[in-house]
Amino acid sequence: MTQYADWLYLVAAVLFIFTLKGLSSPTTSIAGNRYGMVGMALSILITLAVAPNANFALIAIAIIAGAAVGLYRARTVPMTQMPETVAMMHSLVGLAAVLIALAAVMHEGLHHTGVQRVELFVGCFIGGITFTASVVAWGKLSAKLGAKPLKGGWVKPMQIALALAMVGFGAHYFIAESLTSFFVMTGISLVLGYFLIAPIGGGDMPVVVSMLNSYSGWAAAGIGFTLNNPVLIIAGSLVGSSGAILSYIMCKAMNRSLTNVIFGGAMGGDDTAAGAGSGEQKRYTTGSSDDAAFLMGNADSVVIVPGYGLAVSRAQHALQEFAHALEAKGVNVRYAIHPVAGRMPGHMNVLLAEAEVPYDKVLEMEEINSDFSNTDVVLVIGANDVVNPAALKDKSSSIYGMPILEAHKARTVIVIKRSMSAGYAGLDNELFYLDKTMMVFGDAKKVVEDMLKAVAH
Amino acid sequence: MSTTEAVVTTVAQAAANLPVEHVASSDPFIATFTIFILAIFVGYHVVWNVTPALHTPLMAVTNAVSGIIVVGALLQTVAIGGQTITPTSVLGAIAVFLASVNIFGGFAVTSRMLDMFRKKKK
Repeated sequence: MTQYADWLYLVAAVLFIFTLKGLSSPTTSIAGNRYGMVGMALSILITLAVAPNANFALIAIAIIAGAAVGLYRARTVPMTQMPETVAMMHSLVGLAAVLIALAAVMHEGLHHTGVQRVELFVGCFIGGITFTASVVAWGKLSAKLGAKPLKGGWVKPMQIALALAMVGFGAHYFIAESLTSFFVMTGISLVLGYFLIAPIGGGDMPVVVSMLNSYSGWAAAGIGFTLNNPVLIIAGSLVGSSGAILSYIMCKAMNRSLTNVIFGGAMGGDDTAAGAGSGEQKRYTTGSSDDAAFLMGNADSVVIVPGYGLAVSRAQHALQEFAHALEAKGVNVRYAIHPVAGRMPGHMNVLLAEAEVPYDKVLEMEEINSDFSNTDVVLVIGANDVVNPAALKDKSSSIYGMPILEAHKARTVIVIKRSMSAGYAGLDNELFYLDKTMMVFGDAKKVVEDMLKAVAH
Repeated sequence: MSTTEAVVTTVAQAAANLPVEHVASSDPFIATFTIFILAIFVGYHVVWNVTPALHTPLMAVTNAVSGIIVVGALLQTVAIGGQTITPTSVLGAIAVFLASVNIFGGFAVTSRMLDMFRKKKK
């Protein structure tokens, strides 16, 4: 068996490549997911076959318990809670990496070579950072911790000091093979993980989740180096680069650099001043849900721009019914999705998919932007910064340069919002003050349900 | 792209120029490191064109795939010198548990999401 193990690991690695490849397109995604399952099952079986003195009873208990927890969570989690679930899963990979590194270090009678010691401490601290960073991200996403960023001039020096201390103790472990130094280093990496994410605001969570996705891959790859196991290295770096690409796409959609997100910047910064800044009271038009329903019922084309506010009030199912009612009246209804709508990449697409919105009705920013000028009514629900024209025109704005959905080009704009308060970026949105814009205040779900009643009559 | 290609070529040449017996005997690190670097490029090229609608399922499936760390955990859940319960085996078993949550949860939630996308195509 042992002589075939490496070949079978190679097969598993290729299956993981097909997994990611499959997930890049809707037609191949289900097959891709299955390749992943086969690759994983194969990897586990090979490892069990070749592992010397494996404790099968303990392993069986651990796998069965893990499967029960994982499957239960996968079946029951509401799609609105996907971001925090994913963050939680990243933290599990991080913690597993730490435990494996500790287990290897504490393996009695086993001597680690110099290279192995470096690999161990690097794998361990990446895992440690991933673990606590993901826990903080989970806390922010599930609103168990405040979404407000940790601020203060001391944060950055603190991060640097922790990073240096961590590497210092790692180096001491490398030289002196001191177990204590290894434990101290692990502890510091956990603290560092907290301080890396705590200063990042709730609005940047799509980037943070992608970044931690990447970290969890690097943590696995790091452990792969320690154990000299190619399938771990390959699968880990596939995940690592996939997460890095998603982070890059998210950053581009927010017109920010990764360093800007990580080390704090415009969005988390001066938001208190910007919102209430201009003392003058600007005029805006308000309307009722009946008015909004009337306008859309008589339109030829309606484009719906959903934002996170839609998900918060769980209005997506009511919205789909409303869209159906409009379509029954001959209105062409489509959805426009900004890349950072929701709390993680692609979150809004999943929420609409759950509400059984047809795939071909959901358009990406590039596909829909040229159509807004020919659209009768744009319905903005719970979105703000992604339709703020200041991003195109106002060079002094902190979101200047961010690509937006050009809703302001439509003939009429209807905005459903709780109040006139500013969005994540803390900016006023001139879209709300246009003559052609009608503001409908209230909870998204309530308003959509009222509109549905009005249209049905 | 030209820089990417240049790097890939350089890495490939470096790998090709390494005498085989040298890799096998004295420095396995460079061989694994080569695998690491090449896998990053494979990941980059495979994921680069992912459609935005599938970002969340992609992330969920990569979560499951990073559960591959279970391999490392399994190799720690071993008897040492006849002792079945040691710090190493206990830590290993906990790691097996955590990774299993990821593997089963990740693949299951991905297929749940993909079914939602498929359902409405009818």
